[in-house]
Formats: sequence, structure tokens, C-alpha cells
Amino acid sequence: MLDVWIDSIISGILLGLVYGLAAIGLSLIWGVMKVINLSHGAFIALGMFTAYFLFAFGLNPYLGVPIIFALGIILGIAVYFVALHRIIDAPELSTLLSTFSISLFIIGLGTFVWTTIPYAIDIHVGSISIGNITILGTKVIAGIVSIILTILLYIFLYRTKTGKAVRAVSMNRVAAELMGINTTRILALSFGIGIALAMTAGALIATIFPFTILSGGVYELKSFVICVLGGLGSPIGALVGGLILGIIENVITLQIPTGLVPFIEFTILVAVLLIKPSGLLGGEV
Amino acid sequence: MKSLSWLIGLLIVIGAIPMITHDVTLRETVFIILMYIALAESLNIILGYTGYVSFGHIVFYGIGGYVAFLMIQNYGLNIIPAMILAGLFSALVAYCLGLAILRLRGAYFAIATIGVNEAVKALITNLEQVGGAEGIYFNIKVYSAYGGAEHAIWLSYYLMLAVTIAVVIVSWFVKKSKFGLGLMAIREDEDAAITLGVNTSKYKTLAYALSALFPGMIGAIFFFKNGNIEPESAFHLTKSIEMIFMVMLGGFGTVTGPMIGAIVYERIRGFLIVSEMFKALHIAISGIILLLIVLFMPRGIIGFVRDKIPALRRFVE
Amino acid sequence: MILKVENITKRFGGLVAVNNVSFEVNEKEILGIIGPNGAGKTTLFNVISGIYKPEKGKVIFDGKDITGLPPFKIARLGIARTHQIVKPLNELTVKENVMVGACFGREYLDLDSAEKVAEDVLKFVGLYEKADLLAGKLNVPEKKRLELARALASKPKLILLDEVLAGLNPVEVMEMVEVIKKIRESGVTILMIEHLMHAIMQISDRIIVLDYGQKIAEGKPEDVANDPKVIEAYLGDPELVLKLTKR
Repeated sequence: MLDVWIDSIISGILLGLVYGLAAIGLSLIWGVMKVINLSHGAFIALGMFTAYFLFAFGLNPYLGVPIIFALGIILGIAVYFVALHRIIDAPELSTLLSTFSISLFIIGLGTFVWTTIPYAIDIHVGSISIGNITILGTKVIAGIVSIILTILLYIFLYRTKTGKAVRAVSMNRVAAELMGINTTRILALSFGIGIALAMTAGALIATIFPFTILSGGVYELKSFVICVLGGLGSPIGALVGGLILGIIENVITLQIPTGLVPFIEFTILVAVLLIKPSGLLGGEV
Repeated sequence: MKSLSWLIGLLIVIGAIPMITHDVTLRETVFIILMYIALAESLNIILGYTGYVSFGHIVFYGIGGYVAFLMIQNYGLNIIPAMILAGLFSALVAYCLGLAILRLRGAYFAIATIGVNEAVKALITNLEQVGGAEGIYFNIKVYSAYGGAEHAIWLSYYLMLAVTIAVVIVSWFVKKSKFGLGLMAIREDEDAAITLGVNTSKYKTLAYALSALFPGMIGAIFFFKNGNIEPESAFHLTKSIEMIFMVMLGGFGTVTGPMIGAIVYERIRGFLIVSEMFKALHIAISGIILLLIVLFMPRGIIGFVRDKIPALRRFVE
Repeated sequence: MILKVENITKRFGGLVAVNNVSFEVNEKEILGIIGPNGAGKTTLFNVISGIYKPEKGKVIFDGKDITGLPPFKIARLGIARTHQIVKPLNELTVKENVMVGACFGREYLDLDSAEKVAEDVLKFVGLYEKADLLAGKLNVPEKKRLELARALASKPKLILLDEVLAGLNPVEVMEMVEVIKKIRESGVTILMIEHLMHAIMQISDRIIVLDYGQKIAEGKPEDVANDPKVIEAYLGDPELVLKLTKR
């Protein structure tokens, strides 16, 4: 019995790191741009399919991570200029709807091209066994890649000039503009990084679970819950929130039907929003 | 009053055509148009008048649908009282929920409403007592109380027309009332509104309850006519978005806007689905259209027309 | 005495924004509040109008303890206010803005009566010609008048004016000062925050001075202006004070 619990907790931590990665993307976009990205799930799904096709062309999905990340940045910047730049100062409804329209576009096109039949990446990297506990290698690698990317993001945000500019814009866009920061470039880049994180997380999830073009929605909703847990706009909060959610999700399914997980997740979401809207670990970027 | 009578007149004309022609296909189309109008007008009360983005508004339609369905199936209640009960129940849920989540502002409120919809959906999916994921089907005998399925469908049609007219009248009177002025003050600046004496939390909660009342009734009618209900169709987030789409397309915060938006949306959607070329791509195309509206026509068709032809301002509410 | 503020203390985390402040406002007087930036003036207004709950102390209005009442109730009892950073209801017309004040203020009017009141008030502040314009289209001085009109339309007994003169040019200041005098003549008590020294010195019956959240002086304008404590705290430049008070 204890083994089952340990197994679930380890799985939860590893998956939680990946969920955290997607949530960091959402959190970064909110923190810097004050935009709730409703296309996050669509890009997560796009990341899944990108990994799938890279794999189909013989490229190991883990080696493909840099490519997917770069593609994410490019797509994100493009979307920023097409759908967000014009309305970045408009009321929230505008950006909610414009990111949602991007999501409709991607999912509509994706459904057209790939239908909604499940796809899976048939990759085997073995597994790690300690006593009676066996952890799939794909989960371990996904967790490690997520940690590496999170560390890289932190180095970028705290050690590079551009990263500092990103943080400056998230604290006060007008002041940053007055200090000579090209805020348009920073906003576009931040959205690019946010999308890149979503797509990468999608690629990692695709190595573990089967997926369809609609799968992203589930992870987008998880990202919301995580961000709210950790405080919207706080990357480290998102990581911790991811771990909490990953563990909760894997442990409670030992006791209750999997179908009820969303109910519990959203009850947590609404409860946290009501008790402390800035998140349990609320803070600045 | 003049603009209201025009709107009601238009609704009656649209609604009467299938009754005169007895064209079943047309009746189905008009039924959907009326439903869209009523849903869009309802959402407009909280979204357009009050400025709160209820992203998961479809939850009230689903709740109403389930309440009525169970009442009719298990207790043999007639659709009319079942529909009224369903609406009141949805409004009550919104009222209680609103007391909590309307304290959140902007994007936080939007996320919470998505959360509520998903939570209710997950709950119903896992409740075997209400049919779980498969949902429930009417017993064949249910319709016999109405003189057969065909009569029941016509009855649903009349009810939908009546509810739609009621929604438009209510929207119009709310907009023209002191209550409406208070709501619009909240939309423009909630902090200013409260210092000016508006009891903001009471007003918001009432607006939310009112905007849930009609979707509850509409859900009741729709699923009564449909003969079955399941969580995936009752709490479909896409339908929520369609509602927002229609309000935005027509022009939010106006009475005419959501009506026009609903009609135009239904036509666009009908065209996209019928056309061989666009059928498979209709979701993607809806996305592009929505983006174009948000970027270039943020105040919808009505806003656009009013800007171009100021003389119309007096007549278009 | 219409308003009595007793030992009000308001903290934000470690910062004491208002520290044990007490004062009284007599009926139909103009009481000015001055003090350097960050002295706690606007916070004090926010406590009186119910936006913040004080940690300590009481606000007594018209003989009634209103401490901690929600802002809308305080508004209905007859305290109206303007905001330092104007808060027009942009997508409503100028007249509708003012009607909000009349509808939900002390008299809690219905729409028709509110419309009449709104028209009168707009004439009073000189915005009647713009009544049907969207409030968002007004320029800053007009928006300031709109703030004032909205507050007046609620028929308050006491009005809190938060820097209504800031950002106006000298001619506009003169006009606004005249409007304020007219408001007092109509029987409304005025409590006003102002940075523009010569104007507030000229218009106020009495003045209180806040510094770092504390009241450091109270009295007639000329006495306050010559109080060394005030000079030190407020301007640190006695010559400037002299220059200002002479005007």
C-alpha cells in the first residue's frame, strides 16, 4: 500500500513539474502583459503535434525541445503582433476574446487536418525501479527537462539585460517605457516565451500520454488552477502550484474516480480565488 | 418605447413565419435563432450592462436543463411549471454564487466562471443518479401528455418565442431603469459607483441572477424538445463563447445589439456548416471573424452603425 | 458641528498613513486640509467616505457613528466626494453621470426627478452645453467639473473635495473657486484637500495641516501659514510661504 502512495507521489511530482512549466508560461504572460491567454491550451496541443511529427521524422522529441521552443517563440511573437498589439490597453474582455479566437483558429484548423482521433508518441526510454516502485523513464525525463527549462528561465529573467527589462515591464510598464525600454519588443518576446513554454510542456506531455488536438484544453485549465494556487504572475509560484496540483491529482485518484478530479480542481480554484485572489504564494515576477 | 415596439414586432414577425408556413425546417432554424437571441440578451445583462465577463454562462442553461428534465421525467411535471422552476433555480444558484464570485474583478471573475462551469460539468458527469456521462433520455410516454412528439415540439417553439420576447422586454426595461443606470455605473467604474451611493454588491448579484434566470428557462425548453440531456452538451464551454461572440458582434450594452448579433451569427454559422468548402473549417473561420470584430469593431455592428450614422442613435437602444 | 473625526488611525502593513487624527467640521464652513505629498490626506478622505476601515477611532456624521459603514450608505447619508484622479463614467453621457449621483445620493431620486436635478446642477457648474456628450470625451478641467456636479447632484450635507483645483490653469482656478464659494452659499459644508496654497488660504475658514499622518496644526489660514512647525514640515522654505500668503 505504501508503495502505491510513494509511486503516486513521485508521478505527481514529475507530472507537476511539467504542468508547472505550462503554467509558468501562462503566469509570465499575465505578469508582463496582464493578459489571460485563452489560447494556451491550443498551443499546448500544437506542441504535442509538433513533437509527434518531429518524432515521425526520426528526431528524438527530447532533442526536439529546442526546436519546439524556438518555434513557440516565433509563433508567439507573430500572434502578439496580429492579435494583441492593437488591443493591449483595451479592457480585459478584448484580450480574452482575441486569444480565444486564436484558440478557435488553431483548434479548428487542427481538427480539420488531424481530426480528433488520439495520437501517441511511441517512445521507450525504459524505466527506473527502486524496490517495488517503477517510474516510467518518459516521466523522469519530462520532469528533468522541465526543471532545466525553469532554471534557464530564471537565469534569463534575473541575469540578462533583456530578462531584467521583462521584469521591469511587469512591474510598471509606463515607468519602464520612460526608462527607455522598448516595451513593445518586451511584450512580444514575453508572449513568445509564454507560448514556447506551453508548446514545450505539450511536447513533454505527449511523450507520456496519448493526445488529440482538443487535449490542450485540459492542461490549460490545469494551468489556471496552478497559477491561481501560486499567484498569477509569479513563475516560482506556478512551479510550486504545479507540484501541489500534480501530487493532489495523483494521490486523490487512489481514493476517488478520476472523473471527479476536475471537480476538485475547480473547487480549489474558486475557493482560492475567493480566499486570496493573489494566490496562496502571491508575488511579483 | 418606440424602439422596443420595433424589436418586439420584428420578433413576432420572425416567430410567426413558421407558424403560417408550417415549414418544419424553417421552424428549427427560427427556434435556434430565438434561442440565440434570448441567450445573448441574457448574457448582455451581466456582460454588457454590468461589465462582468461571465465566461462560463452556459452553466445556467445546463442547470436549468437538468432541473426541468428531472422534474418532467421523475415527477411528471408539465413543461411550463418545470421551465419556470428551472429558471428560478438557475437564478437562485447564480444569486448564491454571485455573492461569492462577484467580489472578484476582471479576469479573475472570468476564470472563476469557467471554473464553476467545469466543476458542475465534472460533478454531473460523475453523478449516476442524474445519468452520469451518458445523460438521460425521456421515457417515450412523456410526450404523450402533450398529444405526441410533434405537438410537444410546437409547444417548445411557442415557449421559446414567448421567453425570447420576455427577455427582450426585460432587457429594455432594465436598461431604461434606475437599476440599469446603477449597473452601467458599475461597468464604467465600480469604485466611483459605490462612492456615488450605488449598492454595488446587491446590484451586481441581482444582475447576475437575472442574467441566469432566462438561460435556465431556455435550457429547460431546449432539452425538453431534444428528448435527452447529457453533460457534454449541457455545459459546453463553446456555447458560452458563442453567447459572448453574439453579444460582441451585435454590440454589447445595447438591447438591439445582441439580437442582431444572434441573427447574424446564426446565419454565418448556418452558411459555414452548409457550405461544403467551409463545413470542416467553420470553427477556424469563426475564430478569424471573432478576432476581426475584437480588433476592428470592438463596439459591434450597432456601435459601428451608430458611429457612422449619428441620426440613428435616438432610435437604436 | 456636522462631522467629528475622533482619533482615526489607518495603517497599511507597517506604514501608518493616518495617525490618531481628530478634528471637527462646523456646519457651513470650509475646512481646508493641507500637507505634503503622502501626508495621509486622501487616506483620511477614504476613511471618512467608507472606502477604508480605520484600525482605530470614530467618524461621527450628523450625530451618527458612521465608522466602517460601506461607502454607498455613507453617500446616502449625505457625504459626497470628488476624486483626486477623476473617475468619469466614460461611456455614459455627462447628464447620465450626474444622474447617477442624484439617483443614488441622499435623496435617492427616481430617474425623472434625477434628470431635472442633473440639468440644474450642470447649469450650476457650467457644463450644461455638454450634457449629451459622452463623459470620456471631456477634457480634464471639464472632467473635474463633472466630478463636482455628480457630487452636488446627490444633495449632500457635506462634500469632500480632493484637489479639484490641481491641473487647472489660473483662469480655470478662478472659475472653480467661484463655484466652490457658490456651493458654500447654498448651505453645503465643504472639506477640501488642496495643494494650491494661495487658493486654499483665501477660500478656507479654517485649515488643518497633516504631516506623516499626524495633525500638526489647526486654525485660521493666516495663523497656520505662520506656524513655524507648518513651515518646517510643509515647505521647508519660509520665504515661499510668505510669498504665497501675501497674494
